[in-house]
Amino acid sequence: MFSFELLLDAVVLGVMLGCFYAAVSIGLSVSFGLLDVPHVAHPAFLVLGAYGAYALNQAGWDPIVAGIVLTPLFYVLGVVAYRVYFETFEKRGSDAGVRGLAFFFGVTFIVEVGIIMVFGVDQRTVQAGYIGKAIDIGDVRIPMRMIAAFGGALALTLALTAYFSLTFSGRAIRAVAQDEIALRLMGANPLKVKQLAFGIATAVVAVAGALLIIVGPVEPTTHRVYIGRTFCVVVLAGLGSMHGTLVAGIVLGVVESIVLTLYGASWAPAISFAMLLVVLAIRPQGMFGR
Amino acid sequence: MSMRRHGFWIGALCVLALAYGLTLAIRNEYAFFAGFIILQFIVLATAWNILGGYAGYVNFGTSAFFGIGVYTAIFLFKALGAPLLVQMAGAAVMGALLGFVTGLLTLRLHGIFFSIATVAMTIILETLVINWKYVGGATGIQVLRPPVTEPFDSYIKMLFVIGVALVIVAVALSRHVQGSWIGRGLRAIRDDETAAECTGVPTLRLKLLACSISGALMCAAGAPSAMYLQFADTTSAFNLNYSVSALAMSLIGGTSHWAGPVLGAIVLGVTQQALTVTISSELNVLVLGVMLILFVVGAPEGLLGLLRKGWARLARGGGS
Repeated sequence: MFSFELLLDAVVLGVMLGCFYAAVSIGLSVSFGLLDVPHVAHPAFLVLGAYGAYALNQAGWDPIVAGIVLTPLFYVLGVVAYRVYFETFEKRGSDAGVRGLAFFFGVTFIVEVGIIMVFGVDQRTVQAGYIGKAIDIGDVRIPMRMIAAFGGALALTLALTAYFSLTFSGRAIRAVAQDEIALRLMGANPLKVKQLAFGIATAVVAVAGALLIIVGPVEPTTHRVYIGRTFCVVVLAGLGSMHGTLVAGIVLGVVESIVLTLYGASWAPAISFAMLLVVLAIRPQGMFGR
Repeated sequence: MSMRRHGFWIGALCVLALAYGLTLAIRNEYAFFAGFIILQFIVLATAWNILGGYAGYVNFGTSAFFGIGVYTAIFLFKALGAPLLVQMAGAAVMGALLGFVTGLLTLRLHGIFFSIATVAMTIILETLVINWKYVGGATGIQVLRPPVTEPFDSYIKMLFVIGVALVIVAVALSRHVQGSWIGRGLRAIRDDETAAECTGVPTLRLKLLACSISGALMCAAGAPSAMYLQFADTTSAFNLNYSVSALAMSLIGGTSHWAGPVLGAIVLGVTQQALTVTISSELNVLVLGVMLILFVVGAPEGLLGLLRKGWARLARGGGS
């Protein structure tokens, strides 16, 4: 029943899955981790990105290219969403907790039903040359779709990490997360910086959504499982830590993959949520908390 | 005060009598079939508001409580053949226990973290039930209704009257909480928990109490659902729509008064039933989402706030 090869398989797949989890969570790591926006609509945007990639794939595009093409559109979506949130809740500063959350839950359900009305409730997959093949490395057999997602995820995470530490606007976003008033005293406009950050966080989701539909079939309610996965990764990482997101993603991926191998798929959805609860209870500031 | 309390109970008795009268007067069972769903939502929204509205803790796990209610009822029915009222009582006890655990979560978690933790609870409980073969697991379970007892002539009509009774219990509890020291304490927690704790409000005890009452009501609302549908599966019993609906109905109705969730649940519930029948069941989720956003952005006090404002304007207009 339990063998070393099986475990090795699980760990290797888990690491790849984990990088993918990091990629789908990194947008949330910016919007929730850095900006403190209760962005529960993030997984819904993710599924929206997946369906965008699906629609372009139907027209013959490669899903990853489709994801990249969709980024400007998602950037605008993010800017608009943040603008509405800011004008109605942050600016008034009143009771942003309950109603801000409700606002994003409302957005989630509108996105979900929107997808159902356009695409129907069936599962959707994408076609590409590399999907469906697999390669063998030693004894471990890895499906190509995982490798594509793995590569895309790694590139995305590294690009964002570099952006936040090397560029001027990236540092400005980290600055607004650290001390908004200080930023304002320096003559910068925190609203503009945050708007940019939320836009980028949402733009990244377009690519992550493309990866999501490469890894497996997607349906309109897929986002419900990803509420757990994305928030688990972001909280485990420590709010706003980019390299932490990668590490946390890998931890979740490996744990999920091992449990899946040992106990079967029906337990999979609970793992991320259980880990999330444990982290919240024991170490709410996460592994690399600010 | 005592006069008003009597007034409430007399009104409640009248409503109950009216409900029974309706079951005699109306032949068409569909009216009760649809009505029961609305009653269910009134209880869920009222229960949600005890914690979410008064204390400001956004519980997104209404579906967890509802699902546990459904499955407690099924377990009691399958294992002991318990009658419906016993099933509901058992579900209420389970709900109070689960609510107590949720209350313990509030020790460390506030705001969005509490909400996410309640979502987590929902998915974990759903996964546990999926892997529990005795109550049907992922495939679901069929339930055979026992024959209906006097004085009712059909099971749906009996469920409808039980639903009305449950609404009365829920509203009475919510009303009592709001008017007593419990409600004042919860509002203090909502406004500033640290300040409340410092001035001697027993915050933990109050939160545990609010969570337990709210949980017991939610589970009791879920219990009759198995007999109502004569079938239960995890996907529909733990459906996140219950969470959204309870939250949306409270916020749309207005969270500061017990009448808010009742009003919200009636308005939204009727709209949803009408939409489901006439157009599609997807559309009613869409309407829920859109109305939630509109109200949260445009009318933070909900329907009650709008009514109050309109009333004040009328009164002023009449005076000048």
